Amino acid sequence: MKTNEGDDMIKNRFGVVGATLLCVLAPAMAQTSATDEIAKYRQMLADGNPAELWEMRGEELWKTQAGSKKVSLEQCDLGKGAGVVKGAYVELPRFFKDTGKVMDLEQRLVYCRMTLQGLSREDAVKTPFGSTAKQSTIEPLVAYIASESRGMKMAVSTAHPLEKRAYEAGKQMFFYRGGSHDFACATCHSADGQRIRLQELPNILNKANAQAAYTTWPAYRVSQGEVRTMQHRLNDCFRQQRFPDPMYASEALTAVTMFLAKNAEGGVYAGPALKR
Amino acid sequence: MRITAVLGAAFAAGVLSPKDVFAAEWSQKVFDAKSLADAVKALGSDKFEVSPDVAITGPDIAENGAVVPVSISSKAPGTDFLAILVDKNPSAMSASFNIPAGTEAAVTTRVKMGATSNVHALARANGKWLVASKEIKVTLGGCGG
Amino acid sequence: MGNPMRIRAGVAGDTVEVKILMRHDMETGQRKDPTGAVIPAHYIKTIVAKHKDKVVFDANFGPSVSKDPFLSFKFKGGAAGDKVTVTWVDTSGDTRTDEGTVS
Repeated sequence: MKTNEGDDMIKNRFGVVGATLLCVLAPAMAQTSATDEIAKYRQMLADGNPAELWEMRGEELWKTQAGSKKVSLEQCDLGKGAGVVKGAYVELPRFFKDTGKVMDLEQRLVYCRMTLQGLSREDAVKTPFGSTAKQSTIEPLVAYIASESRGMKMAVSTAHPLEKRAYEAGKQMFFYRGGSHDFACATCHSADGQRIRLQELPNILNKANAQAAYTTWPAYRVSQGEVRTMQHRLNDCFRQQRFPDPMYASEALTAVTMFLAKNAEGGVYAGPALKR
Repeated sequence: MRITAVLGAAFAAGVLSPKDVFAAEWSQKVFDAKSLADAVKALGSDKFEVSPDVAITGPDIAENGAVVPVSISSKAPGTDFLAILVDKNPSAMSASFNIPAGTEAAVTTRVKMGATSNVHALARANGKWLVASKEIKVTLGGCGG
Repeated sequence: MGNPMRIRAGVAGDTVEVKILMRHDMETGQRKDPTGAVIPAHYIKTIVAKHKDKVVFDANFGPSVSKDPFLSFKFKGGAAGDKVTVTWVDTSGDTRTDEGTVS
């Protein structure tokens, strides 16, 4: 149900203009749609993304001693070896031998905050989604770690049997209809050319769409004034599907993330980005 | 005692230098002004005119009114002041900028817009107040992304 | 002290372009919290940028400047290696000063 509202508005406005002017302007104007204008708006904001401020803070937090053990996160293994941050994000989620599990970035950060720094689980998962009243420690850390993968290709592996299992579970969840409205992720995200009002919905089953979608999270969300991570995006999806709140850093969300990240294989990571 | 007399005395005494002061101070009256006309009045003038020397660029549609990128500039000689005003905001004046010699009369920032509105670039050049305007539509862009 | 800013300064010829990102809530004083109480106004009011002790830019902000403000301007007479210092003061009297190097 795609209406060309923008075109109608523009045609009405020029209705009273002289014929010559109309001939010159009308063809060009008719082609400018609202979505083009929004693309231009987003472009204008590309330079000077407030997410950079989160990246700065995240780098500081990574190097700050915390917890009962009073150590920094600089020995945290994000999958490429202790302390290796560069390129870690584009390979997550992945299987970790030390926990015997497939983990996404946020689960791994919680793990490092607990085991390396000695935080309790309660403290390690506190305020995953920040606000002006309560700042998050996790969002800046994710922004920093993600920024260290900028320009690199998505390269999530499903070679390990548990990685493959997570991918398949995520895929099942993607198509699972539930909640009061019988929505699945697929309801919005499995066909080309869909949108809600002026927001285009990426088709996760289309490689290019899947790449564009995954490689732009985390993002500074203008409507929230905060950097939001994939955990937050999925949390929001669940809410919009009228599903119960998912648990933060749960296996279920990691499975969905695995499905999304693997589908984005080869896409060049462009985050942290800026979104509505 | 008139402010100019006070300033004159301060300059003479070497206590204040013009560059510290004529950089216009933050004024509640200016930031409370409800319209472009009121703001110019609060800035000390009773007239302004549309000028092709002043430019304002921004999106035609802002996906979110919380962050609207706006660039304003003036090529009129002697421009020492620029400002951005949003008609339909509770207070019209969003931000003002003092342009010292050697600095380009051009600035980019981001403003909040409560609703679709005309946005004005205001410039003072050699004491004359000049304006350029643009309508920016504000919309909410859907449920996600 | 306020949160750190990001200052980028690049030179072309002798024109320096400065881009600043400031971390600030820029609360208008018109929003309400979940209990219905008004969230008090809290925003950056003044910004001054200096190059070699000379003020090259100064701005007065109101509450309608966006959260995490961005500011970009150009001035003449700078060279690579020069420092640009930026200071902001907000309605609480809080302040922050950071330095950027022209590249």
